[in-house]
Order: sequence, then structure tokens, then C-alpha cells
Amino acid sequence: MSDQEYTPKSKFGKWFNDRLPLLTLASHLTDYPTPKNLNYWWTFGGILTFCLVTQIVTGLVLAMHYIAHADMAFDSVEHIMRDVNYGWLIRYIHANGASMFFLAVYIHIFRSLFYGSYKAPREIIWILGIIIYLLMMAAAFMGYVLPWGQMSFWGATVITNLFSAIPLVGEGIVTWLWGGYSVDNPTLTRFFTLHYLIPFLILGLVVLHIWALHIPGNNNPVGIDVKKPSKDTVPFHPYIVIKDTFALLMFGIVFAFFVFYTPNILGHADNYIEANPLVTPAHIVPEWYLLPFYAILRSVPDKLLGVIAMLSAIFILAALPWLDTSKIRSAVFRPLYRQFYWILVADVLILGYVGAMPAEGLYLLVARVATAYYFLHFLVILPVLGWKEKTLPIPLSITEPILGGSPNLATAKNKESLNS
Amino acid sequence: MSEKKTKRRDFLFTATYAVGAVGVGAVVWPMIDQMNPDASVKALASTEVDVSSMNPGKTITVLWRGKPVFIRRRTKEEIAEAQSVNLNDLKHPEKDEDRAKNPEWLVMLGVCTHLGCVPLNDKGDYNGWFCPCHGSHYDISGRIRKGPAPTNMEIPKYEFVNSNTIKIG
Repeated sequence: MSDQEYTPKSKFGKWFNDRLPLLTLASHLTDYPTPKNLNYWWTFGGILTFCLVTQIVTGLVLAMHYIAHADMAFDSVEHIMRDVNYGWLIRYIHANGASMFFLAVYIHIFRSLFYGSYKAPREIIWILGIIIYLLMMAAAFMGYVLPWGQMSFWGATVITNLFSAIPLVGEGIVTWLWGGYSVDNPTLTRFFTLHYLIPFLILGLVVLHIWALHIPGNNNPVGIDVKKPSKDTVPFHPYIVIKDTFALLMFGIVFAFFVFYTPNILGHADNYIEANPLVTPAHIVPEWYLLPFYAILRSVPDKLLGVIAMLSAIFILAALPWLDTSKIRSAVFRPLYRQFYWILVADVLILGYVGAMPAEGLYLLVARVATAYYFLHFLVILPVLGWKEKTLPIPLSITEPILGGSPNLATAKNKESLNS
Repeated sequence: MSEKKTKRRDFLFTATYAVGAVGVGAVVWPMIDQMNPDASVKALASTEVDVSSMNPGKTITVLWRGKPVFIRRRTKEEIAEAQSVNLNDLKHPEKDEDRAKNPEWLVMLGVCTHLGCVPLNDKGDYNGWFCPCHGSHYDISGRIRKGPAPTNMEIPKYEFVNSNTIKIG
């Protein structure tokens, strides 16, 4: 952070700021120098903050009407839908909000993959992001259990049973998670507690995520370091605030479309049947945002190895800054990586598709190939590409590709000092 | 500082850490153990089932400890089929005689050993059970034959109280 000393204008402001420097913080946030070439893929951080706040606010309201008890949970959700004033709206925003949250986070993650935002010096930002993503999955899973429908119950049964794959202590851990010998009321009440807690943990991690971001500053589509503040940067307010707000409004249109026109399309009809421990639905699928990992789990014929493969698929992301050996950040200057990037995108979409299909025949074969490719990408292609790839020459400044010729002198100098 | 004084300080540190570790453990364990099954859950340990109205070839499902238990009265052909299987063909080799003490009655937890779904009766490639979740096939003795499940369906503790009643648990 290259903040100049900030002095409040008013006497009271100065008195207060000397005791608690909130005004210095506000000044840092408004003046925060941002690369001026950020495109709309960079607006998803703001959108994600909006999603988190939306989930917390609607969640608090729902918790006022919901009853976390195996005998009453299902009815209390129907009570919210039918009796509570605007309950339908609040619940549909919360339920679709989870999907919108994941939609935004996937775009945010894939933006990072394309422009190499996870590379030095931004590894901690990236790892904090992966932890947030893991917590999001935990919160989404437990939230899906709360309505106590058939998918809630059997989803909870299948996911908690993943732990039974652990040798020796697995069964004990599952009993401990359940608080009984099957998913039942003790499971529901503890899931409700944790579902309430996790968003606030995420909020804390988001603060760290942004703090860590503000140390080196934003990456940008060209992927080179910019000198801050300089002609290559603009103050966060009003430039980025306006751009983020516009993107948020566009995102709001998509969000509102789901809430008002097709609020149940992302859910599953079986979850409007109350949980029944004697009957498993014919076809159990998780929510769409977990499907690629579900496909990886099912593509391995061994129980323990399947669970290990699924968890590795997530945790491998945390090692990405060290698996990608290329010094060039942006895929714009990496002609080969750019192609492998899009193959990976297609691979994950294919995994998502086969994850929703029955695990048999051709689907299973495709899932196995796609799973193998997923690991190949991170464990072989990325490390090798860093050594072999012939990258394009990177510009001296972010202004150069636009203006051509005369690069920003300050940035050029900065670049030279970095290369030497 | 004399050497003796340093040693006394070391002793104090070590003693403090030791007491601290015990104290932390004493606080953490109750916080962990409270999540295990409580007394009221453990109290529901056994269930008695009246099977007098069951004909051969019929399966009923009863709830025991929140889990389904399949009780099947097997036909003569089914018993013959279950007992004739070569143990080398099994992923989890178990004799049918060891799974069904009275071969006419198969009592087992109706929980797939893969990820805990309830398999469907009279389905699958082995005339037994089929789990719809991830495609495990079980034979008429509840043994895993095909699919991701690692072991046979579990046999709970049970006994015949009289010829018409089975007590599970």
C-alpha cells in the first residue's frame, strides 16, 4: 500500500482519526489505485460481495421463521412459502442466491486462471479464495439439508458417508457427525448451527482476501506489474465503483430472472417430498455447482480412492501457484496455455454434465477420461508448459498495446528494474 | 545468573505447558464428545418385528435406529442360489450360511455400504438388490457383486424371540 499520509480536514475528524484511523481506511479504499485496463471479468469480486450480503440478510430473515427439527423443518419451510409475508420471495432469493453465488465464484476463479492472478506475489489471496470456496461448498451443502426434503436427507446421507471411507476411524467419525446411527434430528440441528456460522467465517476471510489484495494491488488483463499510483492506474472511486455497479445491475437481471420466472429450475423436484429414511430417490444428484466433483467421485470404482480423488481435485487448486511454472501471468501472451485453458473449461463442463447423468455405460467412460484429463492438466501440462512454451513478448506498460510505441516511462523503468 | 536458577525456570515452563495441555484437553474433549449419540438415541437400541404374515419371496423393511432393516423370507430356489455361489467370485467372500443362520430368513441392514443409500428389492443383475445411487448390485444373500460398494450389506445382531417374532438389536 503506497498511501500518502492522510489528514482529515475537520478538527473532529482529526481528533477521531488519531484515536481510530477509520478515515484513513476510507481514504485508502476510495483512492486505491487500480489498473485502468481492468475488464468486466474483474467486476465479479464486487458481485460476490453482494451475493454474500444477500445470503446473510435473507438467511437471517428465514431463520426467524424456520424450525430446525426433523418433525417440523419441512412444514416450516412450506409455512414460509405460503403464510409468511413475502416468505416465498425471501426463500427464493436465498435458494437461487446460492446458485448465483457459485455462478459468480466460478467466473471469478476462471478469470484468475486465465490471467494468472494466482501467481506471485498473489498466492495468499488465491489460497484464501480457495478456503472461501471450500466454506461456500460446506455452507451450501448444509443449507440444502435444512428443508428436510428427500434430496436434503439423502444428499446428507451420501456426503457424510464419504467420511466412512477413512480406514479404521471412518465409521466412528460418521456416527459422530450424525449424532446417531443415521441422519436424524441431531444432524439437522447441528447443520443449522453450522450453516448459520459459516457465512460469518466467510465474511472474515473476505476481509483478509481484500486486505491481501490491497498489498500488491490488482492483477490486470496484460498481467504485468503496474506502478501505483501512476498514469496506468485510476482511483477505485469513482471509476471502478461505477463499473462494478453497472456489472452488478446486469448480474441482478440474471438473478431476478431466476427468482421471478423459474425459481425452481436449479433445484430438484424430489426435495418437495418430505424426508423418508426408508426410500432413496431413484436418482440422487447434488446441486449443479457440485456436479464436476461428484462426477470425479463416481468415476473411480474404489470407495476410498474415489473420495481421495474428489478431495484432491479441490485441494490441487491450492497448489496451483507452484504447479504453474510459467513466469508470464496473462494467457494473452501464452499461445499454448490459452488453448489448454479452454480445454480445461470444456473438461469441467463435461464433468458437470456427466455428474448429472447415471454413472453407467458411455457416461462413466467419459467421466473417467475427463477426470484423468483434469489431473493431467494440473500435474503435467502446467508444469511442463512453463518450461517449453514460447511466450509472446509482453508489453512494457499497460498503455503500450493501446497507444503503441512510447510506453509510460515510469512503468518501463519499473519493468527494467524487475527484469535485471 | 547462576545455572541453577535457569533450571528452575525451565521446570516451571515445562510444568505450565503440561498442566495447560491437560487443561485444554479436558475442555476440548467434552466439546467434541457432545456430538456423539446421546443417551436418548442410544436408548432406542432394539426393535421387535412380527413376521407371521410373511410369505416366501416377500421382503419387508423396518426401521431400527433410524436405519432400514430388510427382512426377506427366501424361497427354496433363492436359498439354493445363494448357497451355490463360488466364494472366489465374491469381492467380500462370506458364506450364505454365515449370513443367514436360518436360511429361510435373511435379516440385514438395508444400507448400501458405498454411501448409505437404500437399495431396491428384486433388482439388479444378481436377483437381489440394486442401489440406485451409484449402481451397486447385491445378490440374494446381500453380498456385493458389482459396483463401487466395498463390502456386503451388514447383518445386525438379531434373534428369533419365538417362531413369529424377530428382535433386532
